[in-house]
Amino acid sequence: MDVTIKVKRFDPEAADPQPFWQDFTVEIDDKGTVLDALIKIREDNDGALSLRCSCRSSICGSCAVRINGHAGLACKTQAATAIKDGVITVEPAGNMPVIKDLVVNFDGFWDKVMEIDPYLKPEGEEPEAEYIASNEAMLHLSNVTACIMCGSCVSDCTVMEVDPTFLGPAALAKAYRFTADPRDGDENGVSTSRLEELTKPSGMWDCTRCMECVAACPKGVAPMDRIMAMRDQAIDAGFHNTNGARHTEAFSDSVEHSGWLDELRLVPKSVGMMNVSALMGYAPIAIQALTHGKMPPIIHHKIDKAENVKKIFDKVETPKKRR
Amino acid sequence: MKYAFFPGCVSRGGCPELYPATKLICERLGIELQEMPAASCTGAGVLQEKNELLGDTLNARTFAMAEALDLPILTICSTCQGVMSQANHRLKNPEYLAKINDFLAEEGLEYKGGANPKHLLWVLIEDIGMEKLLTLITRPLAGLRMAPFYGCYIVRPTDALEFEDHPERQNALEQIIETIGATVVDFEGKTRCCGFPILTINERNSMAMVGKHTSEAKDLGADAMITPCPLCHLNLDSFQPKAAAQAGRPIGMPILHMPQAIGLAMGLSPHDMGLRRHIVNTTPLEVALGIPAR
Repeated sequence: MDVTIKVKRFDPEAADPQPFWQDFTVEIDDKGTVLDALIKIREDNDGALSLRCSCRSSICGSCAVRINGHAGLACKTQAATAIKDGVITVEPAGNMPVIKDLVVNFDGFWDKVMEIDPYLKPEGEEPEAEYIASNEAMLHLSNVTACIMCGSCVSDCTVMEVDPTFLGPAALAKAYRFTADPRDGDENGVSTSRLEELTKPSGMWDCTRCMECVAACPKGVAPMDRIMAMRDQAIDAGFHNTNGARHTEAFSDSVEHSGWLDELRLVPKSVGMMNVSALMGYAPIAIQALTHGKMPPIIHHKIDKAENVKKIFDKVETPKKRR
Repeated sequence: MKYAFFPGCVSRGGCPELYPATKLICERLGIELQEMPAASCTGAGVLQEKNELLGDTLNARTFAMAEALDLPILTICSTCQGVMSQANHRLKNPEYLAKINDFLAEEGLEYKGGANPKHLLWVLIEDIGMEKLLTLITRPLAGLRMAPFYGCYIVRPTDALEFEDHPERQNALEQIIETIGATVVDFEGKTRCCGFPILTINERNSMAMVGKHTSEAKDLGADAMITPCPLCHLNLDSFQPKAAAQAGRPIGMPILHMPQAIGLAMGLSPHDMGLRRHIVNTTPLEVALGIPAR
């Protein structure tokens, strides 16, 4: 099978280092992967094409690139299924500086993983022998521990695109691997100090829930789902004093008591009713909404049978959750 | 065709122009909308992060109401669509469904698993068809360049949204744009996040996202962006002036709800489509269409 690969190239040693696109057509096996095609290009067409790869079995996590605009492992992507309008575009992973061609600098990636202290930090009294964790308590972590640190999630993270200080999906999923480990934190497995750190700016509440990382991850880690679970852990551990936690709680209160969203009151409740400077910041937007007839209803009516929604809240939320 | 109508919260809150615009175009399309006044908010992913079981129970309650009416569900909010699709995907597990039905029993409701919630965008593509839509176009948006903006919830995750069974969903907005006579401006940001979910949490990042996408569309020569998501509209339109100030450049990119763009092409007036309620001025679009100035 002949495939045409459009590769985004970059040579830092060129006279005028600018990224450029280059097309290569190579013959690979019908069931060949995008990585097979890239290696063929390097062997037959241009020995200077730079890329990282090792295991060719989606275990080592070396070959993450953007294929047709979305991150994934080149070795896990069958070329035949990736052809769009006759070509497959391959670019270096996003949100990391390009060193050469498809090779990116992972320093920032590892710095962030290190920032979350990627090791167990038990706080209670030390047991006489080893720390014991039951199968049930660990089984749900199998997806998170499957992370191969390939950087696909970081590549496609929409927040990191605009804010390089965001911890990002890989580091936050790694953090969850510890906050959800019964051996981490106090004797009840609550990682209070870790959660406190992660609720700070650039942490868990800065995720915008776009699901790009879930779509990009080749190993089913679903980083965003872990971040959402960690937010719940943080609220349970008593960290209510963040805009994120207030937003979640105000949203939930509104649905519980009226059946739908009271948008008008959601914003002040999220930024804090006493946070005058932040509230003043929204004043121009509020005036603009008012003058354009876009103000949500001042009187927030309940939906029909709202009492049944309340009953569901009472039944489904466990006593622990009734804050 | 008749549907159980799920308008979502925002089309009756921060984007009140969307609801009447939808009603008007559905009338012309022969789509009858039956309200479900006791249906609750889907949870928008926010309730789900707190308690997924709770969110799924509320959505199963809505699905059961639609089943009782024997009608398919039509929504006009991408976020509602995504959240309902994800809930429905999990509810395919019979044990989980039984557990949730226990919670619904007191209200005399039972979800049998047959709901198929569909955004108006999908209803147009799959149930109505572009041929039928084309017959209702009396003022093609010829010469207008429109950038599709899907947002997140109607494109990810693809398994819950059943993209494999419905590949047409991947370029549904482009099909609409072409059918109403405009030219598609393809751009990288079309399936990225608008930033709305973090508006009150990290406004700077949220505004950076608005600035990035609207500027990109502008620089590619788009006359307007078109979105099936009222939450994206809120951020991209209402907060665009703030985003432009942060970006340090003028943007002025009109953002149309999908039904508004269709309505204009059906000959409906900018007033009826609620364009007067927009924050970013839509007059240049109206002038380009030969609609008399305000």
